[in-house]
Amino acid sequence: MTPPAPSGEIIKTPPVAQLRDVSLRYKKTQALDSISLDLPSGCMVGFIGPDGVGKSSLFSLIAGARAIQTGSIDVLGGDMADRHHRRQVCPRVAYMPQGLGKNLYPTLSVYENAEFFGRLFGQDRQERQERIDDLLAATGLSPFAGRPAGKLSGGMKQKLGLCCALIHDPDLLILDEPTTGVDPLSRRQFWELIERIRHNRPGMSVLVATAYMEEAARFDWLVAMNGGRVLATGTPAELLELTGGESLEEAFIALLPEAQGESYEPIVIPPWNTDEDGQTAIEAQGLTMRFGDFTAVDHVDFRILRGEIFGFLGSNGCGKTTTMKILTGLLPATEGEARLFGHKVNAHDIETRRRVGYMTQGFSLYSELTVRQNLVLHARLFRMPEEKIPARVEEMAERFGLIGIMESLPDALPLGQRQRLSLAVAMIHAPDMLILDEPTSGVDPVARDGFWRIMIDLARREKVTIFISTHFMNEALRCDRISLMHAGKVLVSDAPRALMEKRGAATLEEAFISYLEEASAGPESAATPPPEKALPTPPAPSRERQHHPGGFFSLRRLLSYTRRESLELRRDPIRLTLALLGTLILMFVIGYGVNMDVEDLTFAVLDRDQSALSRDYVLNLSGSRYFIEHAPIRDYADMDRRMRAGEISLAIEIPPGFGRDLRRGSVVAIGAWIDGAMPQRAETVRGYAQGMHAHWLASVSRQSRGEASTYGTVNIETRFRYNPDVKSLPSMVPAVIPLLLMMIPAMLTALSVVREKELGSIVNLYVTPVTRLEFLLGKQIPYLALAMLNFLLLTALAVFVFKVPITGSFTALSTGALLYVCAATTLGMVISTFMRSQIAAIFGTAILTILPAVQFSGMLDPVSSLEGAGAAIGKIYPTTHFLTIARGTFSKALGFADLQASFIPLLLAVPILIGLGAVLLKKQER
Amino acid sequence: MGLANIRHLGVKELRGLLRDPMMLFLIVYAFTFAVYSGATAMPETLHKAPIAIVDEDHSPLSRRIADAFYPPRFLSPILIDQTRMDARMDAGLDTFALNIPPNFQRDLLSGRAATVQLNVDATRMSQAFTGNGYIQFIINDEVNAFLRGYQASTIPPVELALRARFNPELNKTWFGAVMKVIDNVTMLSIILTGAALLREREHGTVEHLLVMPVTPFEIMAAKIWSMALVVLLATAASLILVVEGLLQVPIEGSILLFLLGTGLHLFATTSLGIFLGTLARSMPQFGLLMMLFLLPLQILSGGTTPRESMPDFVQYLMMSAPNTHFVMLAQAILYRGAGLSVVWPQFVALALIGTVLFFLSLARFRKTLGTMA
Repeated sequence: MTPPAPSGEIIKTPPVAQLRDVSLRYKKTQALDSISLDLPSGCMVGFIGPDGVGKSSLFSLIAGARAIQTGSIDVLGGDMADRHHRRQVCPRVAYMPQGLGKNLYPTLSVYENAEFFGRLFGQDRQERQERIDDLLAATGLSPFAGRPAGKLSGGMKQKLGLCCALIHDPDLLILDEPTTGVDPLSRRQFWELIERIRHNRPGMSVLVATAYMEEAARFDWLVAMNGGRVLATGTPAELLELTGGESLEEAFIALLPEAQGESYEPIVIPPWNTDEDGQTAIEAQGLTMRFGDFTAVDHVDFRILRGEIFGFLGSNGCGKTTTMKILTGLLPATEGEARLFGHKVNAHDIETRRRVGYMTQGFSLYSELTVRQNLVLHARLFRMPEEKIPARVEEMAERFGLIGIMESLPDALPLGQRQRLSLAVAMIHAPDMLILDEPTSGVDPVARDGFWRIMIDLARREKVTIFISTHFMNEALRCDRISLMHAGKVLVSDAPRALMEKRGAATLEEAFISYLEEASAGPESAATPPPEKALPTPPAPSRERQHHPGGFFSLRRLLSYTRRESLELRRDPIRLTLALLGTLILMFVIGYGVNMDVEDLTFAVLDRDQSALSRDYVLNLSGSRYFIEHAPIRDYADMDRRMRAGEISLAIEIPPGFGRDLRRGSVVAIGAWIDGAMPQRAETVRGYAQGMHAHWLASVSRQSRGEASTYGTVNIETRFRYNPDVKSLPSMVPAVIPLLLMMIPAMLTALSVVREKELGSIVNLYVTPVTRLEFLLGKQIPYLALAMLNFLLLTALAVFVFKVPITGSFTALSTGALLYVCAATTLGMVISTFMRSQIAAIFGTAILTILPAVQFSGMLDPVSSLEGAGAAIGKIYPTTHFLTIARGTFSKALGFADLQASFIPLLLAVPILIGLGAVLLKKQER
Repeated sequence: MGLANIRHLGVKELRGLLRDPMMLFLIVYAFTFAVYSGATAMPETLHKAPIAIVDEDHSPLSRRIADAFYPPRFLSPILIDQTRMDARMDAGLDTFALNIPPNFQRDLLSGRAATVQLNVDATRMSQAFTGNGYIQFIINDEVNAFLRGYQASTIPPVELALRARFNPELNKTWFGAVMKVIDNVTMLSIILTGAALLREREHGTVEHLLVMPVTPFEIMAAKIWSMALVVLLATAASLILVVEGLLQVPIEGSILLFLLGTGLHLFATTSLGIFLGTLARSMPQFGLLMMLFLLPLQILSGGTTPRESMPDFVQYLMMSAPNTHFVMLAQAILYRGAGLSVVWPQFVALALIGTVLFFLSLARFRKTLGTMA
């Protein structure tokens, strides 16, 4: 471990950041409580303190990612509450949020990620390429330039994050727990890298939050925090002096308020008595796991005895997690065998599951349930007796220090507290075995010791077997035995002290690193030591230029988002196919399925007359193509039943004496009942029935008079225009195109912003010079292109498959389509900006597009015929206007001049929606 | 024992939903405002149809005909001249343009056949058909009434006494309100279960569940009952408060029987939601996939246009969709007051489709769990 050596004297320059009475509240929680601090510039400032004391909140405020609530923060000589100053300084600040690769894009390659950030900061191609090449070489990532960021190990992700942060030569680098969850070797490389960077750029200030006290000991200046307040500041030596502690860890504990600090005492591990009983708890033989041609776990063997604490160490991505998943039955092994308590691991073995507690690497509890609800739910799922649950929950809360936060939601808690909750959940049912995947990652030293006390207690007194993976060497030392794993293989297994002896190393870390370096000769390894390459120091003029924020609008930044979004889209071929093929399928289904031309209506007759005339009347109906006759109706009860069941749409009753009365010339009435349950069908039935009735009367009249009487007849010559055959297809097809071009593009963009919010990369909008407008427009362009391609495909389908020709101007149609899909993608963006979850965005988009587009836009009924809210929505909804354009150009042979009135609303809709999106989108977290 | 797990996990789902105020707002919106505005937008099939009249006759009869078109079926006719007719129809301002030629009244009175020309914008299918029928009827009626007294009619005195049952006014609001509710039931149940499953997948909580003594069957059953319950409650509230209360739609049959049918329908659609959730690998994929299923379900189920007029293969295909049966039973129970003795085939069909979908998605769910971990 060689973090940068203290540079001794702090250079007396103006502070890089000045905080005055800064407070921050999240609803009920006071995250920061009137903090006043001057952070020295040009050195490494470390922030130490337990979880949830406000380090991350403070960092996001300094970086400008979060809006200041009270107090003032000056960074690099200006007020961060001032928007103009934020714009000025953001190219000089780099911020790496907590969490492995949180602000990276998992489907983009290493190079593409770095390139994206370079573009955001306005670098031209040559400069960008040079910087990226240098940075990747310096971090040892060059061999992996083409690998997707999501497939990198944790350590490599952090290095890439650093590359992205350094791409624009910041004057202030803010690193929030950059080495949490990173293996010792990668951690060492990371600090070496920082040291070299600082060597080349002595003026740069670095703020680091860390959970590793041995790292903090090497920093220039420290801020110890607790409970949203600053406990003490000074050089590590000053802090030690202040408290009289020997190590920084002790010093920190001495600084804590008495209630928290006094319980601290060094951990004592009672010896493990192996002879007591030699029962095997976990056994792995030749365990192998392959994903395609990649072997994640390669013939791993080990045997863990009951009551043993077995440590699993190794570089990030070496197969530890996969091995643990095989043991829990989550993944079936490709080869080999694993046994728990002598039983072969079986995914369906519910009984064994009840004896095992498992904690995953990432937080995987329900963020929508409170801490207490999470604990209670898991207790119930593990079938603890209901009456014992409250006591057990209280006990776990006390053990893991969760008492004060029992009613909080996990998302509001810092990483360390969430990890404690995960562990509490894994242990709630008092399992015989615990499989813990990096349980203490991100947990502060005090809480970590608390963990270990519990685990040692469980192992020694209750004979619980503990299988734990960790990156902390002092934790590894506490294990009875450890395995070193690398690239899917177990290198060595033994007691920690024995390993140190074997290697002749003074610390376990040295032994570990020497094993790893020996094992990793190949270039494909994560542990490749970075080549000794000096970091680039760009020439001064170029830096000067970069530090200009680049105006309020930069095409390069905009296109940077475009490029990134289209790369992501290209990497998701399923989504692309769904979007293109899906619309074609829908067009087929709707085009053929929706038919206004109602035929084959069912009817039945109650003929009480049974004369020649009455039969003639019935024949007149049943002979038409519109009606199908069902069995005659017997009586009113029969009619009622059959109409209720929906069997017949029309019932005709011919009264007794119908034929006789008619010949006499007296007035007779035929009764007809229509099923009104579906009004549209009923209207059609009514129309047909009336028409055929009139037809029959005319023919009877002609027969009786034997002459072609024209007196009083009006010929109504109906011309069905634009669609002379009155077929549904020519009417529907041009209407379906607008419908689909609204829903699919809106759905595509609706998730894009909210997804960044859920996954964390939205922080790049907060802390880089990109403006809201650039962000919104840039992200849309790929979807716009996709939607236009979609439009062309749908039009081709209409013309060549459905044979609905475009009789008007294709240019007008295409121009309208372009404006229209612009409106659709922007509408999706607007929905996305105010939704918080992806589910709500999907639901919201479905509601806000389907109803207006299908019902209010004139697809079935013209907008002028609508009433109330529907009419109001229909008048302004973009689909209405594009529908007019589509029908006009397809069926009515129209061009630009005729359709002017429909282009204007579309032209207005796009800027209005974009403006709305820009207003709703926040440039800072609140 | 399994029941307890199903209950606890279901309660967890409900708690999660309660934490998402935007989601709750959207549910309320969908079952109130969306139903109301959708139902009232088009009160009748032929409503405020825009009509223009080119009157070249300027006779009492032609004026009489023009006066016979009035709201709510038609907008008050706009009198235009021949030259503006085409432009207005091109711009979509009028659905109908009636051209009454010069000497129309004189020709009729002198016993010659007279011809009026009716131009119909046939791209507006729904108005074109019904409206054409109405206009013919109105013109004939007016002409006959006008001519009565000049000479005895030769038409036999047979009346067709047409009455619409179950909805005497053929009020489209009645129909639209319930169909909107049905559309929302389907949409919401698919989104709630499918997207919730993907969310758990993206957050890694499914994996967490699988190391506990919980079976995939229990996880699925819990999602189904809890989300179905939410939708069922929303449906009942919407039906009683909005449809029956606000919109004054008389409901003939038993709401309880309808809700029972809704329950069966939800069994099928929530299973479908989970099925889609296992097919999609990310939320954006799910969004598209859902649209791909939802639109045909809504448009081809018979709730938008009559099933009779669809091509045979579509009709047969849609028999396997739960919506089709749900729309049928909804119409039968709510409008025609049908009882279980009439709608039992739909109940059986829904139960069958639901069971098939449930086991299909259970199989998929089990299979994809490996890829989720």
